[in-house]
Amino acid sequence: MDRLTKDDVHPKILQKLLEDTDITVEDALENEMILNMGPQHPATHGVLRLLLRLDGETVIGCVPDVGYLHRGYEKMAENMSYYEFIPHTDRLDYISPMANNVAWVLAVEKLAGIEVPVRAQYIRMMIAELARIASHLVAIGSFAMDVGALTVLLWTFREREKILDIWDILCGARFTNSYTRIGGVANDAQPEALAKAKWFVDQLDGNLAECERLLNTNRIFIERLDGIGVISKEDALSYGYTGPNLRASGVEFDLRRATPYLQYDKVDFKIPTFTEGDCLARYFVRADEVRESAKIIRQVLQLMPQGEIKANLPKSVLPQKVEVYSKMEELIHDFMIVNFGINPPVGEVYHAIEGSKGELGFYLVSKGEGHPWKCKIRSPSFIHIQSLPHLVKGRMISDIVAIIGSIDPVMGEADK
Amino acid sequence: MELKELISQKLKDNFPQAELDFSEFRNEFNVKFNKKFVNPICKFLREDSELEFLLCEDVTAVDWAKRKNRFTVVYHIFSLKHNFRLVLKADVDESDCAIDTVSSVWKTSNWQERETYDMYGIKFNNHPDLRRIYMPEEFEYYPLRKEFPLLGIPGSLPLPKK
Repeated sequence: MDRLTKDDVHPKILQKLLEDTDITVEDALENEMILNMGPQHPATHGVLRLLLRLDGETVIGCVPDVGYLHRGYEKMAENMSYYEFIPHTDRLDYISPMANNVAWVLAVEKLAGIEVPVRAQYIRMMIAELARIASHLVAIGSFAMDVGALTVLLWTFREREKILDIWDILCGARFTNSYTRIGGVANDAQPEALAKAKWFVDQLDGNLAECERLLNTNRIFIERLDGIGVISKEDALSYGYTGPNLRASGVEFDLRRATPYLQYDKVDFKIPTFTEGDCLARYFVRADEVRESAKIIRQVLQLMPQGEIKANLPKSVLPQKVEVYSKMEELIHDFMIVNFGINPPVGEVYHAIEGSKGELGFYLVSKGEGHPWKCKIRSPSFIHIQSLPHLVKGRMISDIVAIIGSIDPVMGEADK
Repeated sequence: MELKELISQKLKDNFPQAELDFSEFRNEFNVKFNKKFVNPICKFLREDSELEFLLCEDVTAVDWAKRKNRFTVVYHIFSLKHNFRLVLKADVDESDCAIDTVSSVWKTSNWQERETYDMYGIKFNNHPDLRRIYMPEEFEYYPLRKEFPLLGIPGSLPLPKK
Protein backbone atom coordinates (compact mmCIF):
# COMPACT_ATOMS: atom_id res chain seq x y z
CA MET A 1 0.00 0.00 0.00
CA ASP A 2 1.31 3.43 -0.85
CA ARG A 3 1.90 5.75 2.01
CA LEU A 4 1.80 9.50 1.92
CA THR A 5 5.25 10.97 2.30
CA LYS A 6 6.33 14.40 3.40
CA ASP A 7 6.35 15.58 -0.19
CA ASP A 8 2.77 14.56 -0.78
CA VAL A 9 1.37 16.63 2.04
CA HIS A 10 0.25 19.96 0.74
CA PRO A 11 2.87 22.51 1.83
CA LYS A 12 0.23 24.82 3.23
CA ILE A 13 -1.21 22.11 5.46
CA LEU A 14 2.23 21.06 6.61
CA GLN A 15 3.10 24.64 7.47
CA LYS A 16 -0.12 25.05 9.43
CA LEU A 17 0.65 21.92 11.40
CA LEU A 18 4.16 23.10 12.15
CA GLU A 19 2.89 26.51 13.24
CA ASP A 20 0.66 25.05 15.94
CA THR A 21 2.80 25.37 19.03
CA ASP A 22 0.64 23.07 21.08
CA ILE A 23 1.61 20.03 19.09
CA THR A 24 5.05 19.06 18.09
CA VAL A 25 5.17 17.52 14.67
CA GLU A 26 8.73 16.47 14.11
CA ASP A 27 8.07 14.42 11.04
CA ALA A 28 5.47 14.65 8.34
CA LEU A 29 2.38 12.60 8.82
CA GLU A 30 2.61 9.30 7.11
CA ASN A 31 -0.49 7.29 7.77
CA GLU A 32 -0.94 9.09 11.03
CA MET A 33 -3.53 11.65 11.84
CA ILE A 34 -3.84 14.45 14.35
CA LEU A 35 -7.28 14.62 15.90
CA ASN A 36 -8.48 17.49 18.01
CA MET A 37 -10.88 16.27 20.71
CA GLY A 38 -12.64 19.02 22.58
CA PRO A 39 -12.79 21.59 24.14
CA GLN A 40 -16.42 21.26 23.06
CA HIS A 41 -17.01 17.55 23.35
CA PRO A 42 -19.71 15.85 25.39
CA ALA A 43 -17.32 13.27 26.84
CA THR A 44 -14.65 15.67 28.07
CA HIS A 45 -16.72 16.76 31.09
CA GLY A 46 -16.35 20.43 30.39
CA VAL A 47 -13.70 22.18 28.39
CA LEU A 48 -10.83 19.75 28.26
CA ARG A 49 -8.99 19.62 24.96
CA LEU A 50 -7.01 16.60 23.88
CA LEU A 51 -4.74 16.52 20.89
CA LEU A 52 -4.49 12.98 19.72
CA ARG A 53 -2.03 11.46 17.36
CA LEU A 54 -3.64 8.48 15.75
CA ASP A 55 -2.54 5.56 13.68
CA GLY A 56 -5.80 4.37 12.26
CA GLU A 57 -7.94 4.28 15.36
CA THR A 58 -5.12 3.61 17.79
CA VAL A 59 -3.85 6.44 19.92
CA ILE A 60 -0.09 6.77 19.74
CA GLY A 61 0.18 10.10 21.48
CA CYS A 62 -1.93 12.49 23.47
CA VAL A 63 -1.36 16.06 24.62
CA PRO A 64 -3.96 17.38 27.05
CA ASP A 65 -4.56 21.10 26.88
CA VAL A 66 -6.18 22.77 29.87
CA GLY A 67 -6.89 26.38 30.70
CA TYR A 68 -10.09 27.07 28.82
CA LEU A 69 -11.87 27.78 32.10
CA HIS A 70 -8.99 29.56 33.80
CA ARG A 71 -10.50 32.39 35.83
CA GLY A 72 -7.46 33.29 37.88
CA TYR A 73 -8.88 32.39 41.28
CA GLU A 74 -5.47 32.38 42.89
CA LYS A 75 -4.88 35.95 41.78
CA MET A 76 -8.37 36.97 42.90
CA ALA A 77 -7.86 35.37 46.31
CA GLU A 78 -4.84 37.59 46.90
CA ASN A 79 -7.07 40.61 46.51
CA MET A 80 -10.03 39.70 48.67
CA SER A 81 -10.61 38.83 52.29
CA TYR A 82 -10.81 35.29 53.57
CA TYR A 83 -14.57 35.57 53.90
CA GLU A 84 -15.05 36.89 50.41
CA PHE A 85 -13.41 33.86 48.86
CA ILE A 86 -15.94 31.36 50.26
CA PRO A 87 -18.44 31.82 47.37
CA HIS A 88 -15.62 31.38 44.88
CA THR A 89 -14.79 27.96 46.23
CA ASP A 90 -18.27 26.86 45.12
CA ARG A 91 -17.16 27.38 41.54
CA LEU A 92 -14.11 25.15 41.77
CA ASP A 93 -15.53 21.65 41.86
CA TYR A 94 -19.06 22.63 41.03
CA ILE A 95 -20.40 19.12 41.50
CA SER A 96 -19.60 19.14 45.22
CA PRO A 97 -19.52 22.80 46.31
CA MET A 98 -20.10 22.00 49.98
CA ALA A 99 -16.87 20.01 50.23
CA ASN A 100 -14.91 22.94 48.79
CA ASN A 101 -16.47 25.31 51.32
CA VAL A 102 -15.39 22.98 54.10
CA ALA A 103 -11.85 22.67 52.72
CA TRP A 104 -11.41 26.43 52.47
CA VAL A 105 -12.63 27.30 55.96
CA LEU A 106 -10.57 24.49 57.49
CA ALA A 107 -7.44 25.91 55.89
CA VAL A 108 -8.24 29.43 57.11
CA GLU A 109 -9.03 28.16 60.59
CA LYS A 110 -5.78 26.29 60.73
CA LEU A 111 -3.98 29.48 59.75
CA ALA A 112 -5.85 31.63 62.26
CA GLY A 113 -5.89 28.97 64.97
CA ILE A 114 -9.66 28.89 65.41
CA GLU A 115 -11.33 26.03 67.26
CA VAL A 116 -14.79 25.18 65.96
CA PRO A 117 -17.71 23.91 68.12
CA VAL A 118 -18.39 20.19 67.87
CA ARG A 119 -21.88 20.56 66.44
CA ALA A 120 -20.56 22.68 63.59
CA GLN A 121 -17.90 20.07 62.92
CA TYR A 122 -20.51 17.35 62.64
CA ILE A 123 -22.64 19.50 60.34
CA ARG A 124 -19.58 20.03 58.16
CA MET A 125 -18.93 16.32 58.07
CA MET A 126 -22.50 15.67 57.03
CA ILE A 127 -22.43 18.17 54.18
CA ALA A 128 -19.01 17.03 53.01
CA GLU A 129 -20.21 13.44 52.84
CA LEU A 130 -23.41 14.48 51.08
CA ALA A 131 -21.22 16.31 48.59
CA ARG A 132 -19.17 13.18 48.08
CA ILE A 133 -22.31 11.14 47.42
CA ALA A 134 -23.59 13.77 44.97
CA SER A 135 -20.26 13.87 43.18
CA HIS A 136 -19.92 10.10 42.93
CA LEU A 137 -23.50 9.75 41.72
CA VAL A 138 -22.83 12.22 38.93
CA ALA A 139 -19.55 10.47 38.17
CA ILE A 140 -21.18 7.05 37.91
CA GLY A 141 -24.14 8.34 35.91
CA SER A 142 -22.19 10.36 33.39
CA PHE A 143 -19.57 7.63 33.15
CA ALA A 144 -22.24 5.11 32.27
CA MET A 145 -23.70 7.55 29.77
CA ASP A 146 -20.30 7.99 28.15
CA VAL A 147 -20.09 4.29 27.44
CA GLY A 148 -23.68 4.07 26.28
CA ALA A 149 -25.97 3.33 29.24
CA LEU A 150 -28.26 6.33 29.45
CA THR A 151 -30.79 5.17 32.02
CA VAL A 152 -28.33 5.16 34.90
CA LEU A 153 -27.67 8.85 34.40
CA LEU A 154 -31.33 9.65 34.95
CA TRP A 155 -31.51 7.44 38.02
CA THR A 156 -28.41 8.84 39.70
CA PHE A 157 -29.49 12.39 38.94
CA ARG A 158 -32.80 11.60 40.60
CA GLU A 159 -30.87 10.66 43.76
CA ARG A 160 -28.65 13.73 43.51
CA GLU A 161 -31.75 15.88 43.26
CA LYS A 162 -32.67 14.78 46.78
CA ILE A 163 -29.29 15.95 48.07
CA LEU A 164 -29.82 19.31 46.44
CA ASP A 165 -33.18 19.48 48.24
CA ILE A 166 -31.43 18.90 51.57
CA TRP A 167 -28.97 21.69 50.76
CA ASP A 168 -31.90 23.88 49.80
CA ILE A 169 -33.46 23.46 53.26
CA LEU A 170 -30.08 23.84 54.94
CA CYS A 171 -28.88 27.08 53.38
CA GLY A 172 -31.41 28.23 50.79
CA ALA A 173 -29.25 27.44 47.77
CA ARG A 174 -29.28 24.27 45.77
CA PHE A 175 -26.11 24.56 43.81
CA THR A 176 -23.62 27.23 44.89
CA ASN A 177 -24.11 26.92 48.60
CA SER A 178 -21.44 28.96 50.44
CA TYR A 179 -22.81 27.45 53.61
CA THR A 180 -19.73 27.33 55.83
CA ARG A 181 -18.29 30.30 57.68
CA ILE A 182 -14.92 30.77 59.27
CA GLY A 183 -15.44 29.46 62.79
CA GLY A 184 -18.59 27.48 62.06
CA VAL A 185 -21.48 27.31 59.62
CA ALA A 186 -23.90 29.99 58.44
CA ASN A 187 -26.91 28.75 60.36
CA ASP A 188 -27.88 25.79 62.46
CA ALA A 189 -29.04 22.66 60.67
CA GLN A 190 -32.83 22.58 60.80
CA PRO A 191 -34.57 19.46 62.13
CA GLU A 192 -36.26 19.06 58.72
CA ALA A 193 -32.89 19.02 56.97
CA LEU A 194 -31.54 16.39 59.35
CA ALA A 195 -34.69 14.31 59.03
CA LYS A 196 -34.47 14.52 55.27
CA ALA A 197 -30.81 13.53 55.34
CA LYS A 198 -31.70 10.48 57.42
CA TRP A 199 -34.50 9.55 55.06
CA PHE A 200 -32.18 10.03 52.12
CA VAL A 201 -29.39 7.74 53.33
CA ASP A 202 -31.93 5.08 54.34
CA GLN A 203 -33.47 4.89 50.89
CA LEU A 204 -30.16 5.37 49.03
CA ASP A 205 -28.87 1.82 49.42
CA GLY A 206 -31.83 0.29 47.61
CA ASN A 207 -31.75 2.82 44.80
CA LEU A 208 -28.02 2.51 44.35
CA ALA A 209 -28.31 -1.27 44.21
CA GLU A 210 -30.90 -0.79 41.47
CA CYS A 211 -28.44 1.30 39.45
CA GLU A 212 -25.68 -1.20 40.05
CA ARG A 213 -27.86 -4.06 38.84
CA LEU A 214 -28.21 -2.23 35.55
CA LEU A 215 -24.44 -1.90 35.18
CA ASN A 216 -22.78 -4.83 36.91
CA THR A 217 -24.57 -7.40 34.80
CA ASN A 218 -24.33 -5.39 31.62
CA ARG A 219 -21.92 -7.12 29.32
CA ILE A 220 -21.31 -4.07 27.13
CA PHE A 221 -20.52 -1.92 30.16
CA ILE A 222 -18.13 -4.47 31.68
CA GLU A 223 -16.32 -5.23 28.45
CA ARG A 224 -15.78 -1.60 27.63
CA LEU A 225 -14.13 -0.99 31.00
CA ASP A 226 -12.44 -4.18 32.07
CA GLY A 227 -8.68 -3.84 31.64
CA ILE A 228 -8.92 -0.39 30.04
CA GLY A 229 -6.80 2.51 31.29
CA VAL A 230 -4.71 0.47 33.69
CA ILE A 231 -2.34 2.35 35.97
CA SER A 232 -0.06 0.53 38.36
CA LYS A 233 0.34 1.33 42.03
CA GLU A 234 3.79 2.87 41.55
CA ASP A 235 2.73 4.97 38.58
CA ALA A 236 -0.40 6.14 40.34
CA LEU A 237 1.64 7.38 43.29
CA SER A 238 4.23 8.95 41.05
CA TYR A 239 1.54 10.77 39.10
CA GLY A 240 0.20 12.14 42.38
CA TYR A 241 -3.09 10.27 42.29
CA THR A 242 -5.28 10.66 45.34
CA GLY A 243 -8.83 9.78 46.24
CA PRO A 244 -10.87 7.07 44.52
CA ASN A 245 -8.45 6.83 41.59
CA LEU A 246 -5.54 5.95 43.84
CA ARG A 247 -7.60 3.47 45.84
CA ALA A 248 -8.60 1.72 42.61
CA SER A 249 -4.89 1.05 42.05
CA GLY A 250 -4.47 -0.74 45.35
CA VAL A 251 -3.23 1.94 47.74
CA GLU A 252 -5.34 2.15 50.86
CA PHE A 253 -4.90 5.86 51.39
CA ASP A 254 -7.60 8.19 52.61
CA LEU A 255 -6.88 11.55 54.22
CA ARG A 256 -9.87 11.11 56.51
CA ARG A 257 -8.00 8.21 58.05
CA ALA A 258 -4.39 9.30 57.46
CA THR A 259 -4.63 12.84 58.84
CA PRO A 260 -8.00 12.99 60.62
CA TYR A 261 -9.69 16.37 60.56
CA LEU A 262 -13.13 17.39 61.86
CA GLN A 263 -14.45 14.38 63.80
CA TYR A 264 -13.52 11.65 61.34
CA ASP A 265 -11.61 9.73 64.01
CA LYS A 266 -14.91 9.23 65.87
CA VAL A 267 -16.78 7.49 63.07
CA ASP A 268 -16.33 4.03 61.69
CA PHE A 269 -15.94 3.48 57.97
CA LYS A 270 -14.10 1.26 55.55
CA ILE A 271 -11.76 2.42 52.81
CA PRO A 272 -12.83 0.56 49.66
CA THR A 273 -9.72 -0.53 47.80
CA PHE A 274 -9.31 -2.43 44.55
CA THR A 275 -6.08 -3.63 43.00
CA GLU A 276 -6.82 -3.74 39.27
CA GLY A 277 -6.30 -0.04 38.59
CA ASP A 278 -8.52 -0.07 35.51
CA CYS A 279 -11.69 1.85 34.65
CA LEU A 280 -13.90 -0.84 36.12
CA ALA A 281 -12.07 -0.73 39.46
CA ARG A 282 -12.46 3.03 39.59
CA TYR A 283 -16.20 2.62 39.06
CA PHE A 284 -16.42 -0.02 41.82
CA VAL A 285 -14.51 2.18 44.28
CA ARG A 286 -16.92 5.06 43.72
CA ALA A 287 -19.98 2.89 44.13
CA ASP A 288 -18.62 1.45 47.39
CA GLU A 289 -17.66 4.87 48.67
CA VAL A 290 -21.22 6.07 48.27
CA ARG A 291 -22.28 3.35 50.70
CA GLU A 292 -19.49 4.21 53.14
CA SER A 293 -20.45 7.88 53.03
CA ALA A 294 -24.06 6.97 53.75
CA LYS A 295 -22.76 4.98 56.72
CA ILE A 296 -20.81 7.99 57.97
CA ILE A 297 -23.85 10.25 57.65
CA ARG A 298 -25.92 7.80 59.69
CA GLN A 299 -23.33 7.90 62.48
CA VAL A 300 -22.97 11.67 62.24
CA LEU A 301 -26.71 12.13 62.69
CA GLN A 302 -26.55 10.01 65.84
CA LEU A 303 -23.43 11.60 67.28
CA MET A 304 -24.29 15.22 66.52
CA PRO A 305 -24.72 17.05 69.83
CA GLN A 306 -26.78 20.15 70.48
CA GLY A 307 -24.93 23.41 71.01
CA GLU A 308 -23.25 26.35 69.37
CA ILE A 309 -22.60 26.41 65.64
CA LYS A 310 -20.06 29.24 65.64
CA ALA A 311 -16.93 29.82 67.67
CA ASN A 312 -17.18 32.64 70.19
CA LEU A 313 -14.43 34.81 68.71
CA PRO A 314 -16.00 38.18 67.84
CA LYS A 315 -12.86 39.50 66.15
CA SER A 316 -12.70 36.77 63.54
CA VAL A 317 -16.12 35.11 63.34
CA LEU A 318 -19.02 36.93 61.71
CA PRO A 319 -21.99 37.43 64.08
CA GLN A 320 -25.49 36.30 63.15
CA LYS A 321 -27.37 38.80 61.04
CA VAL A 322 -30.16 39.24 63.61
CA GLU A 323 -27.63 40.36 66.20
CA VAL A 324 -25.93 42.75 63.79
CA TYR A 325 -29.18 44.67 63.41
CA SER A 326 -30.02 44.71 67.12
CA LYS A 327 -26.75 44.99 69.04
CA MET A 328 -24.06 47.66 68.89
CA GLU A 329 -21.04 45.42 69.60
CA GLU A 330 -21.97 42.94 66.92
CA LEU A 331 -22.54 45.73 64.44
CA ILE A 332 -19.02 47.04 65.05
CA HIS A 333 -17.46 43.60 64.72
CA ASP A 334 -19.44 42.89 61.58
CA PHE A 335 -18.27 46.18 60.10
CA MET A 336 -14.64 45.48 60.97
CA ILE A 337 -14.65 41.91 59.64
CA VAL A 338 -16.43 42.81 56.40
CA ASN A 339 -14.28 45.86 55.68
CA PHE A 340 -10.87 44.84 56.95
CA GLY A 341 -11.15 41.08 57.24
CA ILE A 342 -9.74 38.82 59.87
CA ASN A 343 -6.01 39.17 60.36
CA PRO A 344 -4.44 35.76 60.88
CA PRO A 345 -0.89 35.72 62.24
CA VAL A 346 2.10 35.75 59.90
CA GLY A 347 2.72 32.24 58.64
CA GLU A 348 1.87 29.69 56.03
CA VAL A 349 -0.22 26.56 56.20
CA TYR A 350 -1.36 23.81 53.90
CA HIS A 351 -4.53 22.00 54.71
CA ALA A 352 -6.02 19.25 52.61
CA ILE A 353 -9.23 17.31 52.93
CA GLU A 354 -10.36 14.17 51.22
CA GLY A 355 -12.53 15.87 48.63
CA SER A 356 -14.82 13.90 46.40
CA LYS A 357 -12.31 13.78 43.53
CA GLY A 358 -9.21 13.38 45.64
CA GLU A 359 -7.04 15.49 47.84
CA LEU A 360 -8.32 19.06 47.80
CA GLY A 361 -5.80 21.31 49.48
CA PHE A 362 -5.31 25.01 50.07
CA TYR A 363 -1.90 26.52 50.68
CA LEU A 364 -2.21 29.91 52.35
CA VAL A 365 0.48 32.45 53.10
CA SER A 366 -0.44 35.25 55.48
CA LYS A 367 1.45 38.44 56.18
CA GLY A 368 -0.90 39.33 58.99
CA GLU A 369 -3.23 41.25 56.72
CA GLY A 370 -6.93 40.88 56.00
CA HIS A 371 -6.32 39.16 52.68
CA PRO A 372 -4.03 36.23 51.92
CA TRP A 373 -0.61 37.03 50.50
CA LYS A 374 -0.82 33.87 48.47
CA CYS A 375 -3.39 31.18 47.94
CA LYS A 376 -2.66 28.02 46.06
CA ILE A 377 -5.41 25.59 45.21
CA ARG A 378 -4.24 22.00 44.97
CA SER A 379 -6.97 20.52 42.82
CA PRO A 380 -7.11 16.77 42.26
CA SER A 381 -8.63 16.98 38.77
CA PHE A 382 -5.65 18.92 37.43
CA ILE A 383 -3.28 16.26 38.71
CA HIS A 384 -5.37 13.41 37.36
CA ILE A 385 -5.68 14.90 33.87
CA GLN A 386 -1.91 14.96 33.68
CA SER A 387 -1.82 11.17 33.58
CA LEU A 388 -4.14 10.92 30.54
CA PRO A 389 -1.32 10.44 27.99
CA HIS A 390 -0.09 7.50 30.05
CA LEU A 391 -3.55 5.96 30.28
CA VAL A 392 -4.70 6.35 26.69
CA LYS A 393 -1.53 5.32 24.91
CA GLY A 394 -2.14 2.37 22.64
CA ARG A 395 -5.89 2.36 23.20
CA MET A 396 -8.76 3.14 20.83
CA ILE A 397 -10.52 6.49 20.57
CA SER A 398 -13.65 5.02 22.09
CA ASP A 399 -11.60 3.97 25.14
CA ILE A 400 -10.55 7.58 25.73
CA VAL A 401 -14.16 8.43 26.47
CA ALA A 402 -14.30 5.69 29.09
CA ILE A 403 -10.94 6.68 30.59
CA ILE A 404 -11.85 10.35 30.98
CA GLY A 405 -15.12 9.32 32.58
CA SER A 406 -13.36 6.97 34.95
CA ILE A 407 -10.87 9.50 36.32
CA ASP A 408 -13.77 11.94 36.72
CA PRO A 409 -12.19 15.35 36.19
CA VAL A 410 -14.10 18.57 36.74
CA MET A 411 -12.70 21.40 34.69
CA GLY A 412 -13.81 24.14 37.06
CA GLU A 413 -11.37 22.71 39.52
CA ALA A 414 -8.62 21.75 37.08
CA ASP A 415 -8.51 25.21 35.54
CA LYS A 416 -9.12 27.24 38.69
CA MET B 1 13.41 8.88 67.66
CA GLU B 2 10.70 11.25 66.67
CA LEU B 3 10.11 11.53 62.96
CA LYS B 4 10.94 15.22 62.70
CA GLU B 5 14.26 14.66 64.43
CA LEU B 6 14.94 11.67 62.22
CA ILE B 7 14.34 13.69 59.06
CA SER B 8 16.47 16.61 60.19
CA GLN B 9 19.26 14.30 61.33
CA LYS B 10 19.27 12.36 58.08
CA LEU B 11 19.28 15.50 55.98
CA LYS B 12 22.07 17.04 58.03
CA ASP B 13 24.18 13.92 57.68
CA ASN B 14 23.69 13.56 53.95
CA PHE B 15 23.64 17.18 52.84
CA PRO B 16 25.98 19.17 55.11
CA GLN B 17 26.46 21.92 52.51
CA ALA B 18 22.81 22.50 51.70
CA GLU B 19 22.32 25.41 54.17
CA LEU B 20 19.49 23.54 55.85
CA ASP B 21 17.06 25.48 57.96
CA PHE B 22 14.26 23.82 59.93
CA SER B 23 11.18 25.55 61.23
CA GLU B 24 7.71 24.69 62.41
CA PHE B 25 4.39 26.50 62.23
CA ARG B 26 1.00 25.09 63.19
CA ASN B 27 2.51 21.65 63.49
CA GLU B 28 3.85 21.68 59.93
CA PHE B 29 7.49 20.85 59.53
CA ASN B 30 9.38 23.09 57.09
CA VAL B 31 12.80 22.45 55.62
CA LYS B 32 14.55 25.19 53.73
CA PHE B 33 17.68 24.57 51.67
CA ASN B 34 19.86 25.95 48.94
CA LYS B 35 18.18 25.52 45.55
CA LYS B 36 21.16 23.66 44.09
CA PHE B 37 20.32 20.68 46.27
CA VAL B 38 16.66 20.36 45.36
CA ASN B 39 17.04 17.33 43.14
CA PRO B 40 19.29 15.19 45.39
CA ILE B 41 17.28 16.05 48.51
CA CYS B 42 13.97 15.14 46.88
CA LYS B 43 15.43 11.95 45.49
CA PHE B 44 16.81 11.06 48.90
CA LEU B 45 13.53 11.71 50.69
CA ARG B 46 11.62 9.63 48.19
CA GLU B 47 13.97 6.67 48.14
CA ASP B 48 15.15 6.43 51.73
CA SER B 49 13.58 3.27 53.09
CA GLU B 50 12.85 4.80 56.48
CA LEU B 51 11.07 7.86 55.09
CA GLU B 52 9.48 7.03 51.70
CA PHE B 53 7.93 10.32 50.70
CA LEU B 54 6.20 8.73 47.73
CA LEU B 55 3.54 11.35 47.14
CA CYS B 56 4.30 14.83 45.91
CA GLU B 57 1.15 16.76 46.67
CA ASP B 58 1.94 20.20 45.49
CA VAL B 59 4.60 22.38 43.89
CA THR B 60 4.15 26.11 43.87
CA ALA B 61 5.97 29.35 44.49
CA VAL B 62 5.51 32.46 46.60
CA ASP B 63 6.34 35.90 45.29
CA TRP B 64 7.63 38.10 48.14
CA ALA B 65 7.71 41.18 45.86
CA LYS B 66 10.49 43.29 47.41
CA ARG B 67 12.59 40.72 49.21
CA LYS B 68 16.15 40.03 48.10
CA ASN B 69 15.49 36.42 47.18
CA ARG B 70 12.25 37.26 45.52
CA PHE B 71 10.65 33.83 45.11
CA THR B 72 10.36 30.77 47.27
CA VAL B 73 9.54 27.50 45.56
CA VAL B 74 7.47 25.32 47.89
CA TYR B 75 7.00 21.55 47.71
CA HIS B 76 4.51 19.64 49.82
CA ILE B 77 5.38 15.98 50.03
CA PHE B 78 3.66 13.23 51.93
CA SER B 79 4.88 9.97 53.39
CA LEU B 80 2.27 7.24 53.30
CA LYS B 81 4.38 5.18 55.61
CA HIS B 82 4.24 7.70 58.45
CA ASN B 83 1.20 9.72 57.38
CA PHE B 84 3.40 12.76 57.60
CA ARG B 85 3.53 15.89 55.47
CA LEU B 86 6.80 17.71 54.89
CA VAL B 87 7.22 21.16 53.39
CA LEU B 88 10.34 21.82 51.34
CA LYS B 89 11.40 25.32 50.42
CA ALA B 90 14.08 26.82 48.26
CA ASP B 91 14.70 30.48 47.56
CA VAL B 92 15.06 31.66 43.99
CA ASP B 93 16.25 35.13 43.07
CA GLU B 94 14.84 37.12 40.19
CA SER B 95 18.26 37.62 38.56
CA ASP B 96 18.78 33.85 38.31
CA CYS B 97 15.19 32.79 38.04
CA ALA B 98 15.65 29.05 37.67
CA ILE B 99 15.70 25.90 39.74
CA ASP B 100 16.24 22.23 38.89
CA THR B 101 13.21 20.16 38.06
CA VAL B 102 12.08 17.29 40.26
CA SER B 103 9.89 15.76 37.56
CA SER B 104 12.32 12.84 37.34
CA VAL B 105 11.58 12.08 41.00
CA TRP B 106 7.80 12.51 40.95
CA LYS B 107 6.06 12.54 37.57
CA THR B 108 3.27 14.65 38.99
CA SER B 109 5.56 17.65 39.42
CA ASN B 110 5.79 17.96 35.64
CA TRP B 111 2.54 19.87 35.30
CA GLN B 112 2.86 21.58 38.64
CA GLU B 113 6.19 23.02 37.60
CA ARG B 114 4.68 24.06 34.30
CA GLU B 115 1.98 25.87 36.23
CA THR B 116 4.56 27.57 38.45
CA TYR B 117 6.50 28.61 35.36
CA ASP B 118 3.33 29.91 33.74
CA MET B 119 2.31 31.94 36.78
CA TYR B 120 5.67 33.16 38.12
CA GLY B 121 8.17 32.78 35.29
CA ILE B 122 10.48 30.54 37.28
CA LYS B 123 12.34 28.27 34.88
CA PHE B 124 12.85 24.64 35.77
CA ASN B 125 16.14 23.34 34.41
CA ASN B 126 16.02 20.02 32.55
CA HIS B 127 12.24 20.02 32.55
CA PRO B 128 11.02 17.70 29.76
CA ASP B 129 8.26 19.97 28.49
CA LEU B 130 8.37 23.49 29.92
CA ARG B 131 5.48 25.27 28.23
CA ARG B 132 2.76 27.52 29.54
CA ILE B 133 -0.21 25.58 30.79
CA TYR B 134 -3.13 27.93 31.49
CA MET B 135 -2.20 31.06 29.58
CA PRO B 136 -1.77 31.09 25.80
CA GLU B 137 1.69 30.39 24.47
CA GLU B 138 2.24 33.95 23.19
CA PHE B 139 1.31 35.61 26.48
CA GLU B 140 4.22 37.75 27.66
CA TYR B 141 3.50 38.28 31.35
CA TYR B 142 3.44 36.16 34.49
CA PRO B 143 0.03 36.72 36.09
CA LEU B 144 0.69 35.74 39.69
CA ARG B 145 3.67 38.04 40.09
CA LYS B 146 2.76 40.88 42.37
CA GLU B 147 3.33 43.60 39.78
CA PHE B 148 0.72 42.12 37.43
CA PRO B 149 -2.49 44.12 37.93
CA LEU B 150 -5.65 42.37 39.03
CA LEU B 151 -7.61 43.71 36.07
CA GLY B 152 -5.06 42.40 33.60
CA ILE B 153 -3.14 44.34 30.96
CA PRO B 154 -5.23 45.68 28.09
CA GLY B 155 -4.17 44.25 24.75
CA SER B 156 -2.05 41.51 26.29
CA LEU B 157 -4.41 38.88 24.92
CA PRO B 158 -4.88 39.67 21.22
CA LEU B 159 -8.27 38.84 19.79
CA PRO B 160 -8.43 36.77 16.61
CA LYS B 161 -8.41 38.80 13.41
CA LYS B 162 -11.72 39.26 11.63
